[in-house]
Amino acid sequence: MSQTSNSLKKRKKDLTFWQKIYIPEIAKGLALTFKNMVRPKFTMEYPEEKFIPPPSYRGRPVLVLEETGEERCVACGLCSRVCPALAIEVQAAETEREKERYPEKFEINMLRCIFCGLCEEVCPEEAIVMSKDYELAFTNREDAIYGKDKLLTPVSQLEDRIEFLRKYK
Amino acid sequence: MPKIIIDGKEIEFRQGQTIIEAAKEHGIEIPHFCWHPKLSVSGNCRMCLVEVEKMPKLVIACATVASDGMVVHTESPKAIAARNAVMEFLLINHPLDCPICDEAGECKLQDYAYQHSLGESRFVEEKVHKDKRVKIGPRVMFDAERCISCSRCIRFCDEIAKDPELTFVKRGDRVTITTFPGEELDNPYSMNVVDICPVGALTNVDFRFKARVWDMSHTNSICFGCARGCNIEIWVRNNEILRLTPRHNEEVNSYWMCDHGRLNTFKFVNSETRVDSPHIRKDGKLVRVGWDEAFAETASRLKSINKEQIAVIGSPYATCEDNYITSKFARSVLGTNNIDFIRHTDYSFADDILRREDLTPNSLGAELVGVRPQKNGLNIEGIIKSIKDGKIKALYLIEDDLLSIDHELENYLAKLEVFIVNATNFNQSTNFADIVFPAATYAEKNGTFVNFQGRVQRIRPAVATIEVDRALEGMALSRLDKFGTKFDRWAQGKHFDARATWKILSSLSNVLGSKMKYQMAEDVFNEMASSIPEFKGLDYDVIGELGAQLKLEKVNVV
Repeated sequence: MSQTSNSLKKRKKDLTFWQKIYIPEIAKGLALTFKNMVRPKFTMEYPEEKFIPPPSYRGRPVLVLEETGEERCVACGLCSRVCPALAIEVQAAETEREKERYPEKFEINMLRCIFCGLCEEVCPEEAIVMSKDYELAFTNREDAIYGKDKLLTPVSQLEDRIEFLRKYK
Repeated sequence: MPKIIIDGKEIEFRQGQTIIEAAKEHGIEIPHFCWHPKLSVSGNCRMCLVEVEKMPKLVIACATVASDGMVVHTESPKAIAARNAVMEFLLINHPLDCPICDEAGECKLQDYAYQHSLGESRFVEEKVHKDKRVKIGPRVMFDAERCISCSRCIRFCDEIAKDPELTFVKRGDRVTITTFPGEELDNPYSMNVVDICPVGALTNVDFRFKARVWDMSHTNSICFGCARGCNIEIWVRNNEILRLTPRHNEEVNSYWMCDHGRLNTFKFVNSETRVDSPHIRKDGKLVRVGWDEAFAETASRLKSINKEQIAVIGSPYATCEDNYITSKFARSVLGTNNIDFIRHTDYSFADDILRREDLTPNSLGAELVGVRPQKNGLNIEGIIKSIKDGKIKALYLIEDDLLSIDHELENYLAKLEVFIVNATNFNQSTNFADIVFPAATYAEKNGTFVNFQGRVQRIRPAVATIEVDRALEGMALSRLDKFGTKFDRWAQGKHFDARATWKILSSLSNVLGSKMKYQMAEDVFNEMASSIPEFKGLDYDVIGELGAQLKLEKVNVV
């Protein structure tokens, strides 16, 4: 801070000879320019090249599908209750399985979703997690409502996110 | 009056009252599970432990009779420590089932765990496992693990339903509730145990998993099932009734209602058979038409018929307002004295607890507001006979099914020149109707019912019809109703194009040339209050939530 304010206060009369003739300063600036020309690029050739986010990334929420082919969700409705944008609709129904209850209907309106991750945080079953999927484009409102068919994702694809949650949640 | 001091507040009590009763009367809530104001004292949950000065140990407020000068502390360190300990004990074997438990959101144990427990369990051992999902009766599901053994359900069956079916078996942490050998929890009042169960051990089979309590709106109303007129709450989500629960009214139903009322009186509201928009018979088939077309058609067809050849049948299922307008419409617009309603009685339905033999909610009200034969007019038997004789050419039937009482009429209804029906649902009679108007059900309108005691009670709209906006109408709103848009599937519940009968008939009178100017049901009621002596001095505010007793010369029990 003091350095910057000092340099700001520098008057023309305070400059050294080398600074006054400008040439070394131009060379310094050009050196930086040329250095960046040969540095590796940040820009990605999206969509040919895809960005793979880290586990902390909050993409679209998905439902965990167990290896047995059953959904983990018990349709308690807490995600639907906590959702600040009211994006989630759950309809529970009875199942013969031991956990008694499953979501007959589970719909997330991706036009309402704000990717806050509260559904994931509140879920008592670790059944809804944020995926790495960020590619969401629709041509009409109806397509933006994702049902169980689009939401259910095998647990094997979500392991790093679940691990991240166990560590930091 | 003797006085007792609870938490520094001096309150009066009646001799014989217990501490918890005296506190409740003065708005002090002492936490409790097993105590219920209408059941005997059992004293086994220990949640209501309070400190009483000069007593060596803590006492349970539900079983300790208050005495003059007693000083009670419900928030002293000792009382709080005892409550925490009781909660910890109760939670030891209570499963962490809340996500799949229907009681979540209205669970006493859940609420008290937030209010009165330390929030952490020191219990590391395996919880006791018991039977889950036991169908203890045809309408009630039992989960033994969730039960906290408060015995409310057992005492309810013994004392209120007068049909002992449940009992405790085993001891200690293995204690569980079961039915007596060869018995089922199937008494006509069995579902009240679901309401009084402080946890989710007993759940409603019909409502099971249908909705979360916080997603529904609830509206105070009156049961439609019989002349008792039990006070109820209607629970609605996405414009669909999902369950009914009793509401406390000491004069009528106390805390209870029967299973018939709870299960069989709301499903027709959202059923497939609902009449949606007016229908006119064209080439033998009922065709949907607009309201104006239906009114014009009705008016032109009624005009051509002689006054003496018209009969009007009111309805004990409709409100006082509907019946008042029906009677007014019959007398001053149609000019006929042939007006009566059909009585639906079943003596086998009645019992000495709540159920009445009159299966309709408003037969007394219909009669009081003028749905009865006027000067030499025909009564219901006379109307039916005259239809058979061909003397009646036009019949207007309000919210009822004429064929359900006399099947022979089938051949004669078809021969009527005009047969108009205001119906909520298509029924046997609408099969022969020339014009059908869609009537709003009891869950879609404001109005009043008069029960068999002569008590006038209000019903309120819980389900919106097509012309109603929940918020503008002042109806109960759930969170989903508040924020839903037409693009949300969870806000697109079916709205029927139906109107209250008083509204249909007053529009029809306007088309027929006699102006009736009522904006809302309350206007009709206010006119009733000024013209019918029994209703004198009443308005919707006076009736309030719990109803008002009419001054009747003789209570006309059907």
